[in-house]
Amino acid sequence: MNTNEMIRVEKLNKFFGDLHVLKDIDLKVNESDVVVLVGASGSGKSTLLRCLNFLEIKNDGKIIIDGEQVEKETHDLNKIRERVGMVFQHFNLFPHKTVIENVIEAPTQVKGIAKSKAIQEGKELLDKVGLGDKYDVYPSTLSGGQKQRVAIARALAMKPDVMLFDEPTSALDPELVGEVLATMKELAEEGMTMVVVTHEMGFAREVGDWVVYMHDGKIVEYGHPSELFDNPKEERTKAFLSSIL
Amino acid sequence: MSHLIEVFIDTYDLFLNGLWITLKLSAASLFIAFFIGLFFAILKISNIKILEWIADAYIWLVRGTPLIVQIFVLYYGLVEIVLIPMFWAGAAGLAFHSGAYIAEIIRGAIQSIDKGQMEAGRSLGMTTGKTMKRIILPQAFRRAVPSLGNQFIIGIKDSSLVSFIGLQEIFGVASSGGSNNFDYLTYYFIAAIYYLVIVLALTLIVNYIENRMAKSD
Ligand SMILES: Nc1ncnc2c1ncn2[C@@H]1O[C@H](COP(=O)(O)OP(=O)(O)OP(=O)(O)O)[C@@H](O)[C@H]1O
Ligand SMILES: [Mg+2]
Repeated sequence: MNTNEMIRVEKLNKFFGDLHVLKDIDLKVNESDVVVLVGASGSGKSTLLRCLNFLEIKNDGKIIIDGEQVEKETHDLNKIRERVGMVFQHFNLFPHKTVIENVIEAPTQVKGIAKSKAIQEGKELLDKVGLGDKYDVYPSTLSGGQKQRVAIARALAMKPDVMLFDEPTSALDPELVGEVLATMKELAEEGMTMVVVTHEMGFAREVGDWVVYMHDGKIVEYGHPSELFDNPKEERTKAFLSSIL
Repeated sequence: MSHLIEVFIDTYDLFLNGLWITLKLSAASLFIAFFIGLFFAILKISNIKILEWIADAYIWLVRGTPLIVQIFVLYYGLVEIVLIPMFWAGAAGLAFHSGAYIAEIIRGAIQSIDKGQMEAGRSLGMTTGKTMKRIILPQAFRRAVPSLGNQFIIGIKDSSLVSFIGLQEIFGVASSGGSNNFDYLTYYFIAAIYYLVIVLALTLIVNYIENRMAKSD
């Protein structure tokens, strides 16, 4: 067994009622890989990400995290989620808590880390994402880009093995996209394993190790960014790429 | 007018006793009602059919019968069977009633909180219960303050009905005073003044809380 394999998905199927949203998905994410998911709206990208941290429960197939096949019957999914961080399109910061309170919430409440230690570590993370001067403000006073960087720091505070990003820059004004992508790029360079749904093809090309193109609940094509973007093999991929460029 | 002022001054110690009972009744019943409301609100959003039905049945019962009937049923039920003091029978009746409305207020407030908040908490490894307690409910309560304040005002005024089981709160004092002196209008008028003052005070408190919360946001 390859110990470098962080996530392995085999024949994953997901239904919403009669709607077949994920169809026999196979996916492998090695440690320190950055995998970028692209595809049209409704193709199942978010659902796939949400299955990976068990916010949605698969109907069928295997999800293997760090060598361990995870099933809701046999695993405490909360424990798994501690190791799989997630960043959302709309940030989902806790508006009634200050920035530092957002960051220390899970470490203190879930892991039982002492508040003083959590604050110290939280401040280091906020410094890292460039928000060293914003510890004590409420999220409502931040720009979208700053909010998303706090959300990233909040997820990192749990010291996850993997980070999932669901369109982290789609809700941002164009001029704020760069700062969030820069933070993500830095994270990738430090070796974080990441699965990223994004429409930022520049980011996919520059930071992605793999690009996965999804259509209608299936993985249509999978490859290195240069292969997939410059020499797509499938007609669907070509059509998709020309539609977004 | 001078007659009204005269009676007001003559009776203020009686009415202050009544006022004190009204305040104690309202505080006790609304405190209990808040937890009843929270409990049934959580049943209603539990996504477990049987629990939702229980909550629906309770709310239907409260909405479908007059408060005075609820007070009498609880009074004769409780006082005769378990021998609790009249005050607590009255408080229980009022709490049972307000609880249903508070449940609906809290349920609405919880459901108005963005779903992303629960997801964010869960994605960090927090349990549903912990996310509810630490993330959803604090936001829901803030949002519910105006409606809860309104319901508390209604609760205070409704407490006048427990005079019918014999409690000498403001309305009870006015009723006895009015009939003893054959001067109903003056006594009920004075009762109205006391209620207006309490409601004014509570309104100011609620406004103050709302303003303070608006600042911290
Ligand atoms: N909770 C749900 N209940 C029912 N259907 C759902 C639910 N969530 C998603 N769907 C459906 O599943 C399909 C895939 O949705 P998903 O959100 O995964 O797509 P996506 O690729 O992320 O799209 P987008 O780019 O718009 O975010 C869509 O048809 C969507 O309507
Ligand atoms: Mg999506």
